[in-house]
Amino acid sequence: MEKAKLQEYWKINLGYLVGLLVVWFVVSYGFGILLVEPLNAIRLGGFKLGFWFAQQGSIYVFVLLIFVYVTLMNKLDKKFDVHEE
Amino acid sequence: MSVQLWTYLIVGLTFALYIAIAVWAKAGSTKEFYVAGAGVPPLMNGMATAADWMSAASFISMAGLISFMGYDGSVYLMGWTGGYVLLALLLAPYLRKFGKFTVPDFVGDRYYSNLARTVAVISAIFVSFTYVAGQMRGVGVVFSRFLEVDINTGIFIGMGIVFFYAVLGGMKGITYTQVAQYCVLIFAYMVPAIFLSLMIAGTPIPQIGLGGAGSDGVYLLDKLDGLSQQLGFAAYTNGSKPMIDVFMITVALMVGTAGLPHVIVRFFTVPKVRDARISAGWALLFIALLYTTAPAIATFARINLIDTVSDKSYAALAENPKTQWLQTWEKTGLLAWMDKNEDGKIQYLGPNANGGAPFEGKPTFTDGVGASGELMLSNAPTDNANELYIDRDIMVLANPEIGQLPNWVIALVAAGGLAAALSTAAGLLLVISTSVSHDLIKKQINPNISEGAELMYARIAVAVAICIAGYFGINPPGFVAQVVAFAFGLAASSFFPIIILGIFSKRMNKEGAIAGMLSGLVFTAAYIIYFKFVNPAANNPEHWFLGISPEGIGTIGMVINFVVSLVVSRMTPEPPEEIQELVDSLRYPKGAGEAAEH
Repeated sequence: MEKAKLQEYWKINLGYLVGLLVVWFVVSYGFGILLVEPLNAIRLGGFKLGFWFAQQGSIYVFVLLIFVYVTLMNKLDKKFDVHEE
Repeated sequence: MSVQLWTYLIVGLTFALYIAIAVWAKAGSTKEFYVAGAGVPPLMNGMATAADWMSAASFISMAGLISFMGYDGSVYLMGWTGGYVLLALLLAPYLRKFGKFTVPDFVGDRYYSNLARTVAVISAIFVSFTYVAGQMRGVGVVFSRFLEVDINTGIFIGMGIVFFYAVLGGMKGITYTQVAQYCVLIFAYMVPAIFLSLMIAGTPIPQIGLGGAGSDGVYLLDKLDGLSQQLGFAAYTNGSKPMIDVFMITVALMVGTAGLPHVIVRFFTVPKVRDARISAGWALLFIALLYTTAPAIATFARINLIDTVSDKSYAALAENPKTQWLQTWEKTGLLAWMDKNEDGKIQYLGPNANGGAPFEGKPTFTDGVGASGELMLSNAPTDNANELYIDRDIMVLANPEIGQLPNWVIALVAAGGLAAALSTAAGLLLVISTSVSHDLIKKQINPNISEGAELMYARIAVAVAICIAGYFGINPPGFVAQVVAFAFGLAASSFFPIIILGIFSKRMNKEGAIAGMLSGLVFTAAYIIYFKFVNPAANNPEHWFLGISPEGIGTIGMVINFVVSLVVSRMTPEPPEEIQELVDSLRYPKGAGEAAEH
């Protein structure tokens, strides 16, 4: 395959990575640690929101992020014809 | 049926299952032995990875740890799950495309250097032995608590089982056993958790119960905050570690997870690049099931503990069948009470209310019985008012009794603890054996060795590694707890940066990688050794660099590694043409094909 096309594929992949890792950072280090005190002023039922992100929410988002990434990449692989048989 | 009979039955059945799988999954080639023939379906690889990852410590100790740390325990929850996002996005697919057998393989080939390979092999062996000693100990502890056999006998039985399926089946045997072990351990973890949630929060889903209210209508977490403060502990949901330390420890654990060789190698076992991606997703889903339940158990168990014991008469608790678990666990030494003020009531107090450790060291019982019927202690009392000693492991181990669940549930917890310890031990032992037979013997000492001979060496190496691990389990070096920080710190400061740079920076060369790996390793090791061994008295926030504890210092080691690698690589020649092509080929899934035979 031509080089320019492969480079484009790689660029889009890097774009996905940056986007997903920003979310990864924000939910754990952002909401769970750095902003935990202001968020704790907000309630989610019996949870303080910051505490919920630290002990529950961030983990749910982590799982979600991987499945989103898998879906995005499988589509991208097909589009650029670099997928495996 | 008695608890013991149930335990023999359930543990016996699970062991028979593991052995049957081993016989069925016998490895015939080095490829089967090292990476299960790269033919594991992704869903199963996810389960195997989850069992591989969740050790005796995750199963037995983590909920208890969180129970006593409150918010600060979040470092383990986020740190030991967030690393899978890094694995799935930044490492697993590319390493699968690379298609060799081990992490040192990648380091040695990508950096065209046997020196780099050797540093990687030594780190891999060191990290794995650090970990495996604790697992063998875990097997012994579970055996001794539930079956009342000697700890050492328990370790020998565990060694025998692992020996059988690891030596015979290699990665293939280990993978399919781990799938079974995951099912056992998650079932064993969830059943008591569901009952406990029903009992305390009135809902069968622990993750929801954690945010729910108790029978008195007060939200559980609010109630626990209040109780904690009243008794002189920090508010449960606030924590007491400095924010920078929480941040750094979380980074070190996440990055360390993504750099641990026994976790990475699991992604070599699937057929395709896209299988590597999705199996990281399945793995994290299976892990998350336990990791989101643990904080709920931590909260339920702590509320229940405080409600049950605080300021209550010991004699009355011992008489009530609902609270007799207190005495059962006193016998195991996981719980002890010293009636310092001789009022017959249990005072359980934290550091802000003149509490702290109730006496010096771990409980040692005399044969005598005290005025309320408690076991007498020979420990020297401390001069604070707290009277109760509680081991954190009790939060999971005693749950079935606290919830008054049937005997088979107690037996199930024993089988679950064993499954968690054995599955992790087997994964680590395989990394050690592969490092010896493949990375050292095949790649460095005798490249012309035949496949049959290499396979034989691999089996011998597993056998030797099991014996060494067993030895450490029976004679645990006093520093096991301290060296866990080491395993993660070293993985974070050595492997992670050079693997990432090897994939994402074509310009990275061997000079940069070796300089980076060594500077990261030396810095991290020196910091941990200084505070843990040379000068433990200074191990407090006042003396720490920027207030970062030895547990979190791997983060700084990682940053140093990244910076040094990048700077040195820019001042030294580019890597050869064929290496740059290799990096290009890693980036596109097409043509991953089989894991390359050598």
